[in-house]
Amino acid sequence: MALLTIKNLSLGYNSKKLIENLNFTVGKGDYLCIVGENGSGKTTLIKTLLNLNTPVSGQILTGEGLKRNEIGYLPQQTDIQRDFPATVYEIVLSGCQGRCGFRPFYNKEDKHLAAKNLELLGISDLSNCCYRELSGGQQQRVLLARALCATKKLLILDEPVAGLDPKATEEMYNIVSKLNKNKIAIIMISHDIDNAISYASHILHIGNKVFFGSKDKYIKSNTGKLFLMKQRGA
Amino acid sequence: MTGKLILYLQYPFVRYALIVGILIALCSSLLGVTLVLKRFSFIGDGLSHVAFGAIAISTVFNLSDNMIIVLPVTIISAILLLRTGKNAKIKGDATIAMISVASLAFGYLIMNVFSTSSNLTGDVCSTLFGSTSILTLTITEVWLCIILSVTVIITFVLLYNKIFAVTFDENFAKSTGSNTDLYNLIIAVIIAIIIVLAMNLVGSLLISALIIFPALSSMRLFRSFKMVTICSATLSVICAFTGIIISILAGTPVGSTIVAINAAVFIICYLFELIKGGIGI
Ligand SMILES: Nc1ncnc2c1ncn2[C@@H]1O[C@H](COP(=O)(O)OP(=O)(O)OP(=O)(O)O)[C@@H](O)[C@H]1O
Ligand SMILES: [Mg+2]
Repeated sequence: MALLTIKNLSLGYNSKKLIENLNFTVGKGDYLCIVGENGSGKTTLIKTLLNLNTPVSGQILTGEGLKRNEIGYLPQQTDIQRDFPATVYEIVLSGCQGRCGFRPFYNKEDKHLAAKNLELLGISDLSNCCYRELSGGQQQRVLLARALCATKKLLILDEPVAGLDPKATEEMYNIVSKLNKNKIAIIMISHDIDNAISYASHILHIGNKVFFGSKDKYIKSNTGKLFLMKQRGA
Repeated sequence: MTGKLILYLQYPFVRYALIVGILIALCSSLLGVTLVLKRFSFIGDGLSHVAFGAIAISTVFNLSDNMIIVLPVTIISAILLLRTGKNAKIKGDATIAMISVASLAFGYLIMNVFSTSSNLTGDVCSTLFGSTSILTLTITEVWLCIILSVTVIITFVLLYNKIFAVTFDENFAKSTGSNTDLYNLIIAVIIAIIIVLAMNLVGSLLISALIIFPALSSMRLFRSFKMVTICSATLSVICAFTGIIISILAGTPVGSTIVAINAAVFIICYLFELIKGGIGI
């Protein structure tokens, strides 16, 4: 049984259909990149996986002991966060909310987990800094540390390198790949097709043509060839 | 001066006013940060106008205790406003502007047509700007206020971490299984209670100031959510206390004095931040 099994999933808003009859699986230790044109429904798809949107039809099954609320999520940044007065530690700790349930305060384990993830992403020294005063790359690491507090098995990242400079982009990819080697499955939306292909194990292409399969098969497929040519040409 | 103050403090009505004023100030500052950051500042404004309309109606029906109408009406409006805030079809702030102006006009109209009071302008003015009613509280009103405030404070402390998570990133909180709709609902109800309480102190036009100024001031000074919350509660209590004392000693209107002090504190904090940034500490 895979971590996630998606069966005949259809997505859309109101009457508008975006994706129909989507099937794919994500197994332990997989690194899945979701690619496709702007507006093809990538964000909508992962929001549905996270229970933030309701699907039109179809099923999302979890396995290997994964619960739907134990998926770590790195969202695209929102406006509110840009002037939010909070320290890095407060934000990372808030990733433990899911573990808390109705318990009102964080316990020792939660605090320990937050500290461990700060350490893992190399931002322990920033823990008392104000989030809004960090660089884009540092902010992404904070949100990633928070996501890691919410999961042990699966991370979903929505364009984690958007707006980062080349050095921070490189670092972000390295961190994610390190996490993947630690047996955390990754689902990542990316517009950066070359990096997607060099790091991913599987590709999900959505749009007019849908493709799901291993990276090597994608490169040889017609959908893949066409998309690669377009992206590299642009 | 101090002699006069000590003399005044022996009157129960002055002590009541101080207790109630401080509790209200404390409660109203707690959710300020959340409201400011979620761009909900205008909800405070809108709700206070709804509460004004409700008061107008209960005055007309000659209800002795207008809380019976005002509290539920305000709570329901708060829930509706938060709902529509997310709805893309009618913009949240446009809805709020619509509701608040309409209830203001409607309230005044009702009062004008049906009121039997000889001092209509005085009634309206004191509902809008806070009356001296804070100085004429009965013991029952004081207890009601204490119970509501303590409930608000306990709820806030217990939900502090959840409110933080929902304010910072609602989607993330929801994806990790938090019941964000429930927390938003609780936030809305708390805001409504605070507004009804604060009507007594500063009147319906000045409530937003009481909610927002302390949060804005402390956001100039501190960088962590916890410190900002603690600081805004402290500032709010200090301003309310000073404001009530000054207004008793100098005979100024209570609500406006408190708000004026809050505004002055905000300016000081703002300048402080500018200077600190300027010399680069
Ligand atoms: N809340 C919404 N209500 C109605 N339509 C929406 C909503 N959110 C997105 N859409 C529409 O759904 C389509 C897919 O949006 P989505 O954000 O999933 O695309 P995407 O693949 O993530 O694009 P991008 O690469 O630009 O991030 C778009 O045409 C968008 O206009
Ligand atoms: Mg997107």
